[in-house]
Amino acid sequence: MGETYIARSSAIAARMIGGEMMIMSAADSTFFTLNEIGTLIWQSADGQTPLSEIVAKRICRDFEVTPEEAARDAGQFVDQLSQHGILLVSDQPIGGAASVLPTP
Amino acid sequence: MSLLSEMNEKALALGIPLSVHLDLTYRCNERCIHCYLDHADHGEMSTAEIEDVLTQLAEAGVFFLTFSGGEVLLRRDFFHLVEHARRRLFNLKIKTNGVMIGDNEARRLRQLGVEQVQLSVYSHRPEVHDAITKLPGSLQRTVEAIRCLRSHGLKVTIANVLMTANSFDNDGVIALANQLGASYTVDPTVTPKIDGSLSPLALRIPGHELHNVFRNPQLVPNVGEFCAAPPPPDKDVMEGYPCSAGHTACYISPYGDVFPCVQFPLPTGNVRRQKFLDIWRHSPQLAEVRAIRTKDLVTCSICAHAGTCTRCPGLAYMEGNMRGPSTADCEKSLQRTGIPGANMSPGMAAIPHILVQIQARA
Repeated sequence: MGETYIARSSAIAARMIGGEMMIMSAADSTFFTLNEIGTLIWQSADGQTPLSEIVAKRICRDFEVTPEEAARDAGQFVDQLSQHGILLVSDQPIGGAASVLPTP
Repeated sequence: MSLLSEMNEKALALGIPLSVHLDLTYRCNERCIHCYLDHADHGEMSTAEIEDVLTQLAEAGVFFLTFSGGEVLLRRDFFHLVEHARRRLFNLKIKTNGVMIGDNEARRLRQLGVEQVQLSVYSHRPEVHDAITKLPGSLQRTVEAIRCLRSHGLKVTIANVLMTANSFDNDGVIALANQLGASYTVDPTVTPKIDGSLSPLALRIPGHELHNVFRNPQLVPNVGEFCAAPPPPDKDVMEGYPCSAGHTACYISPYGDVFPCVQFPLPTGNVRRQKFLDIWRHSPQLAEVRAIRTKDLVTCSICAHAGTCTRCPGLAYMEGNMRGPSTADCEKSLQRTGIPGANMSPGMAAIPHILVQIQARA
């Protein structure tokens, strides 16, 4: 099975408020708040780091969660955000300044 | 509670300025008869100064940012500032008259991820709209801009300020908005000029027309509920604060002056001399605004409409007392419900509140 790469969309607004990441999709004005793990995945979504590496090196290292559980939850999280255009998903690294904004 | 309400509550508790309205310029290519601004340039902030302010606002936690004016596209650095703001991930709304927006500008706004564009349309009839803006052909150009913006998928809101010159045209503007795929918002409030001049107030629509506006089912989805007599104000109302101005929102002028709101010209500091967060956290004037609760309001605290009135503290301030009534809103409450407020007939309006106190004691 190939790798999954994720990148933050430029069509969003986001701000860390009181320890929670608030995100609004410009595409459909859907509003999300991300918990600590969701925020970590979102901040790590640079388009270059495979999701598996984000899960192994960031989530499993910092949180008490099994690799299988973390991979499953991360996959569902990425699916949900990508449906609202908040994350871009590809089986290839995602480049280009137009699609990736700096981490807030 | 919606996520947005939760975000507001959190911002209020943490003292975060969630929304900022930043006027990039007061210069304008229209000369609207009701406008409150002085259009001369008295030394606008430079590109670098605004970039710095935007960086500070992002660090302060601002999420909702509005660029307005004047006409924002008169600034040569407008798109640079939009890009700068979007790279800091603000939810960005633009207010413009649209006369300088064509296909290229609309495409660029879409590419930069602008959330929404709001344009003023005063009438569906060119002779009425253009007479208000004093710019011949302006309605046609604004409508063309809306078409361009919509064709690129941008969300567009038509703002319809009602005044004596256009008070019968709101249904026509609603039809135009529907035809263009734009949202519609109406505002019957004409405000004094920023220099304190009351001359625009002569353009306010008379009470009986306001009465009809509040009963127009095209504007008010549930007229019965909207125009119902107000419930007696309870303790939560009395302990509540009048509006978000200075609490989770503020306004910055093109000259760097910070106010609680665009309609609340109480000077609190200037970002050319102070850091934004120093003003936001330590301004004595903002502290005073934040300390005011409904129970502290002169007249309004004993008014039957205390819990439902749209009282604007900025308009009250311009009338001489930020704790006093804003008479335009007293008029709105009267025309909406048929019940005079305490500012109009103290004895009558105070009765429901007195009854509540008697019941509470019993």
